[in-house]
Amino acid sequence: MSMPFYVPPEQVMKDRADFARKGIARGRSVVVVGYDRGIAFVAENPSRALHKVSEIYDRIAFAAVGRYNEFESLRVAGIRYADLRGYSYDRTDVTARALANTYAQTLGAVFTQESKPFEIEIVVAEVGADSDSDQIFRLTYDGSVADEQGFVAMGGASEVAEERLGTGWRPGMTLSEVLRLAVDVLGAGGNGERRDLDEAQLEVAVLDRDRPRRSFRRIGGPLLTRLLGEPREPRETTDVPAAALGSESPVAQADSAEDASPGASGPPTPPA
Amino acid sequence: MTQSSTGRPRRLDDAFLTAGSSSFTEFLTAYRPELLPAGRRLPSGATIEAPHGTTIVSLLFEGGVVMAGDRRATMGNVIANRDMEKVFAADDYSVVGIAGTAGIAIELVRLYQVELEHYEKIEGAIMSLEGKANRLASMIRGNLALAMQGLTVVPTYAGFDLDSATGRIYSYDVTGGCYVESGHHSTGSGSVFARGALKKLWRPGLEEQQAVSVAVEALYDAADDDSATGGPDLGRQIWPTVAVVDHSGARFVGQDVLQGHVERVVAARRDNPGGAR
Repeated sequence: MSMPFYVPPEQVMKDRADFARKGIARGRSVVVVGYDRGIAFVAENPSRALHKVSEIYDRIAFAAVGRYNEFESLRVAGIRYADLRGYSYDRTDVTARALANTYAQTLGAVFTQESKPFEIEIVVAEVGADSDSDQIFRLTYDGSVADEQGFVAMGGASEVAEERLGTGWRPGMTLSEVLRLAVDVLGAGGNGERRDLDEAQLEVAVLDRDRPRRSFRRIGGPLLTRLLGEPREPRETTDVPAAALGSESPVAQADSAEDASPGASGPPTPPA
Repeated sequence: MTQSSTGRPRRLDDAFLTAGSSSFTEFLTAYRPELLPAGRRLPSGATIEAPHGTTIVSLLFEGGVVMAGDRRATMGNVIANRDMEKVFAADDYSVVGIAGTAGIAIELVRLYQVELEHYEKIEGAIMSLEGKANRLASMIRGNLALAMQGLTVVPTYAGFDLDSATGRIYSYDVTGGCYVESGHHSTGSGSVFARGALKKLWRPGLEEQQAVSVAVEALYDAADDDSATGGPDLGRQIWPTVAVVDHSGARFVGQDVLQGHVERVVAARRDNPGGAR
């Protein structure tokens, strides 16, 4: 029997953190950004079936980067948690704050107790009655929680992305404006190169403040093309009419689920 | 999240993180079985008196389906509730109406609504109409032990089938048997009289407004002969609950529209109580 070497706890934690950070940095980014009538989620994700953004409850959504199998299990757990709470109490008693705490406990426990930390980063966002009461929580692999104001970028090159969001974002932007900002941020690489992302590479969803009850809607197809194509100068009518959002079924893009083989569900391939 | 015995918050239980199931009922069965409607135990042989909901009618029209329910709940010879809702939207494209023990039925519907939404969120797709009808059947089956002690729940389920673009009606029995109905169906204590009316009033290819009117009239006939079914209450302005499901989804008919239908039916029955035509 060989005796294990003593490794100081600082070193263990640092190794784990480095490991998780590397895994997350390999993946493509997700941007979560508030706009005048809700919160928008924009992910670079060529798959139509394996989502990085998902509905959790009436006013709450989830976005993640990193290893698909790991954040998928947390996504399902979050839906179970929210539905259980809503069923045994009331729909209004399900809050993003409680869910973020639960996720934080789980991520923290996995980080310290399991043989490998989760290589994921999560955003839990809840849309409120007005943009001041919107809540965006960002959770990292070690279970730390941050209450973010306005916008979050996660995944590879997230520091650069956050910086660009910080200069480009201001409160009260329209959906069209924040989507174009998000696409611009996602297309900018860490080393100055630029990529142009088209609609097929994007997964876009919103929590729409004005919708009653379930506020989560995916945006794709002609509506997304129109929103991304609108001129940069805001006009009186650049807002998306609620009816146009409503015409998108909540699952309109999930039809092509045939290619959802588990084998394709690893972390997104690193950009070259 | 659960609290450990020491009061320290713990990570999510394994039940939350287990992969595989998209069913909320299965999750509850594994994790919190006491929250299931069928999870309660009754002393054997005992019967209790609880409010009962009564008559539900549903009928197909061209391009959809209408479901209507009266508003009365009775407990023995007492009217327990005059304005109870017994028709509920199950999800965006279907409705469920309940007859039987009101408390258990409403709890069952609540669970069923969560079940459908839960599946939709986890799978990212809407369950097929047949699948939804079967889920309801298995929930009724789980209630059999309570039904044997008098706490029966007999729902009717109606929805719009997005694949075939038609309305469909499913009826159930206490044991969870699920049957597709062609044309129309009624359940509850006044169902015998409502069915008689539907037989005479329903025909294929009705318009939506005609179908709503037929549903209101069938409930009127049920209330005429069954003391447990509430008729339209003109004094209190209580009208039946009427839901319409078509390609644009499930919606409830507004009070003002219903009032028009009710007043027409009532006026037509003046000096013609049987509705002979």
